[in-house]
Amino acid sequence: MSVLEVTEIFGGYGGADILQGASLRVAAGQVVVIIGPNGAGKSTLMKAVFGLVRVRQGAIRLGATAITNLAPDRMAQHGLAYVPQERNVFVSLSVHENLEMGFYSRRGSPRAATERIYSLFPDLAAKRKQPAGSLSGGQRQMVAMGRALMLDPQLILLDEPTAGLSPKYMDVIFERVRAINESGTAVLMVEQNARQALKIAHHGYVLQTGRNRIDDTGANLLANPDVAQMFLGA
Amino acid sequence: MIADFVSFYLMPGIVLGCIYALGAVGLTMLFGILRFAHFAHGDVMTVGAYVAFVGVGLGLSAYQSIPLAMLVCAVLVLAVDRAFYRPLRRASPIVLLISGFGVALMLRAAILFFFGPDGGVYEQGIRRPMVFPTEWGRFRIQERHLWIIGGAVLIALALHLFLTRTRLGKAMRAMSDNPDLARITGIPTERVIAITWAIGAATAATAGVFLAIDTQFNPLMGMNMLLPIFAAMILGGVGRPWGAVFGGVVLGIAEELVAAPIWGGEPLISPAYKVGLSFAVMVVLLIFRPTGLFKGQS
Repeated sequence: MSVLEVTEIFGGYGGADILQGASLRVAAGQVVVIIGPNGAGKSTLMKAVFGLVRVRQGAIRLGATAITNLAPDRMAQHGLAYVPQERNVFVSLSVHENLEMGFYSRRGSPRAATERIYSLFPDLAAKRKQPAGSLSGGQRQMVAMGRALMLDPQLILLDEPTAGLSPKYMDVIFERVRAINESGTAVLMVEQNARQALKIAHHGYVLQTGRNRIDDTGANLLANPDVAQMFLGA
Repeated sequence: MIADFVSFYLMPGIVLGCIYALGAVGLTMLFGILRFAHFAHGDVMTVGAYVAFVGVGLGLSAYQSIPLAMLVCAVLVLAVDRAFYRPLRRASPIVLLISGFGVALMLRAAILFFFGPDGGVYEQGIRRPMVFPTEWGRFRIQERHLWIIGGAVLIALALHLFLTRTRLGKAMRAMSDNPDLARITGIPTERVIAITWAIGAATAATAGVFLAIDTQFNPLMGMNMLLPIFAAMILGGVGRPWGAVFGGVVLGIAEELVAAPIWGGEPLISPAYKVGLSFAVMVVLLIFRPTGLFKGQS
C-alpha cells in the first residue's frame, strides 16, 4: 500500500513549470530519497506535495485522500509533516515550545509525544528550556524534525536535513532518520549527500529537469555506474 | 524637592508611560503577526474612551466601563479586519498602511458624527490628591494614578501569562517568529490573527479610557497618541510585547522628566516641546538602531 502517490505533476512558482511530469511513490514504512543535480526540482517537488507550490496538472494522493493543491495549513490534519531546509525552527521559542507547536493540530496532552521526541533526540532533553535560536545547526535540525514528528505523521518530508551540518551531526541525522522510519513513519527525503542517503533508502529517484530520470531501489542506485559518476563522486 | 519631583513629574510620567505601554503592546503584537503597522490603533483608543463615556452615561463608573470598552472595540476591530484588512492580507505593506489610515479616518469621522468635536471628561470637578507627609516632604498622589498603574500592571501580567502559558499564546509567538513555519506546522493562522486583533483592541481601549480618566477625551486624542506609541514600539524592538511595555514606560517618564526643573530650577526643554521627544527618539532609533533596543523585527 502506498502512503504517497505523485502522478505526473507539472507546476512551479508561476513562471515556466519547474516540475515537468515528475512521479513518485512512497510505500508504507519506506524511506524514499530524491537525488539529482541542482535545479532539478527536488525541493520544488517536496513543496508541491505539501501545497506550497501550485500544481498545474497531475495528482497527489496521501493514502486514499487527494491532497493536490490543498493549503499547507491543512496538511497536518491529514498526517503529513514537512521540515523545510531553512528557517525551520521558531527561534524565539524554547525547544519545548517548538515541540508543543508541532502538536497543535492534535488533541489531548502533548506530554507523551514530547517524551518520545526527547528519547529519540536525547541532546534536546537537556536544552528543552533554551530558545531554539541559541542551538547549533545540528541541534536545530533535531528540533525541526522533532516538531514535525510531534504530529505522529504517516509521512514526513525532509528537505536536505543534513545541509550545512558537520560530518558528525550528518551521521547522527541519518541514523535518526532510520530510527524514525523503524518506528513506523514513512520518510521522503531530498538529499545532497546522496551516498549516505541511499544507504538508508528503500527506494530512490533521480530527478532531472523536473522529471524522473532513474527510479530504483537504494541499493541498485548505489551500484549504478551512471549514478555513481553523476552524484556519488566516484 | 524630592517629593515635588515624584508627585508632579515621576508619577505622571509613569502613568503616561503605562498608557503608552498599553497602546504600544497591541501595536507591536499586530505588527509581529501581520507585518502591518496599524495606523488606526490610536483611533481605536479614542473609540474605547467614548464607549466608556457612554458607560458613564448609563450609570457605570469609568473603571467599570473598561470591560465594555474592551468588548466593543474588540468586536469593532474584528469587523473592520473582516471588511477591510482581510481581503488585503496578501497586498503590499503600502496598501495595508493606507487602508489602516482610511480606517482611522472613518473611526474619527464616526466619533465626530455621533459625539461632536468638543470632547469632555467623565467626571466634573477637581479631585484632591492623597497627601503623604514624610521626612522627605509631602508626597501628593492622585488616586486615579494608582488605579491606572495597577490596571496596566495587571493587564501586562495577564498578557505575559497568556503568551507563555497557553497554547494559543505560544502559537501567537510562533507566528510572530516565523509565519510560514506556523502555517506548515498546522497552526490555525486566521484564528491567531483574530485573537491578536481582539487583544490589540482591548488593550488600546483600556489605554484610551485611562487617558480620558487622567486628562479628558476628545476625537483627536488617539491620533495624538499615535506618534508616541509607534516610538515606544520601535524603542522596544518591533514584535516584542515586553519591549513595547518598556518603551512606553520609558517614553512616558522621559516626556515628563525633560520638563522637570531639575537643573538649577530650569526645565531641560520647554514643556510645550515635550511631545517632540517621541519624534526625536524615533528618528534617532531609526537611524542608528532600527531594530530597537531589544532586537525586534526591522
